[in-house]
Amino acid sequence: MTLREVLDNVKGEVICGEDQLDHSVELGFATDLMSEVLTILDDDILLITGLSNIQSIRTAEMSDITQILFVRGKMPTPNMIELAKENNIVLMTTQFSMFKTSYLLYDKGLSPIY
Amino acid sequence: MDKRYAIPSGDFTHAGQASSEIKRLLKQLNIPPKIIKRVVVSLYEAEVNVVAHSLGGEVLCSIDSEHIKITVSDRGPGIPDVGLAMSEGYSTASQEVREMGFGAGMGLPNMRNNSDEMDIKTSPEGTSIFMNISFKEN
Ligand SMILES: Nc1ncnc2c1ncn2[C@@H]1O[C@H](COP(=O)(O)OP(=O)(O)OP(=O)(O)O)[C@@H](O)[C@H]1O
Ligand SMILES: [Mg+2]
Repeated sequence: MTLREVLDNVKGEVICGEDQLDHSVELGFATDLMSEVLTILDDDILLITGLSNIQSIRTAEMSDITQILFVRGKMPTPNMIELAKENNIVLMTTQFSMFKTSYLLYDKGLSPIY
Repeated sequence: MDKRYAIPSGDFTHAGQASSEIKRLLKQLNIPPKIIKRVVVSLYEAEVNVVAHSLGGEVLCSIDSEHIKITVSDRGPGIPDVGLAMSEGYSTASQEVREMGFGAGMGLPNMRNNSDEMDIKTSPEGTSIFMNISFKEN
């Protein structure tokens, strides 16, 4: 599913990385625990999280994750957006809960890692 | 090549800066991406632990053509029971640390899984964690 389709499915908005919305992801992972993200070996996943602070961007940077979808209407701060841009990470946000977001994307074919 | 970075205690905005610079450096050296990820994930977990659990410390990385040797040391209070700390799920993280997305008790086990060699020395005066990661893919 392309990131554009991700946004359509969750009525989301892109915050930065508009030029990368044609990128396609197959795998998703939803958590607020960054150490859990750091154990994942796959790179090209969509990280779905309600944790909106600088460490969520750092975690993506270290894990080679290039797309984050914030849930519950979380908005990243200007510092976070700057760090995301430096690392070519696409940031998106949706008003839906983590549960609903995960369901909608799973239903449309985004696969779990395990 | 040696690289040294200070890690102030409690400063979460700072955690990850050493890892970020080492990542850039290893990319320039054309180290395979899978190995870079193992290095920076381990280093980042170690940095976060110093910020979250210690009185502050520093990172020393020694890089040659074959491996990176990382030593992360801090000024205390030490880890009372290393065996317990190494077990998955054990955490003494404060509420503040948990709000930052950490405190699952997965950092030390993940560092062990990602490094070829890991050694912990700890006393009330401080903890020193040594990790060695080979650049050879196997
Ligand atoms: N540098 C340190 N100084 C003192 N105690 C430490 C240090 N590093 C780890 N610990 C202790 O070991 C425990 C386990 O560490 P570990 O990194 O595995 O988990 P965590 O930091 O609590 O959570 P996570 O890493 O999943 O975010 C910590 O909760 C803390 O009690
Ligand atoms: Mg930790």
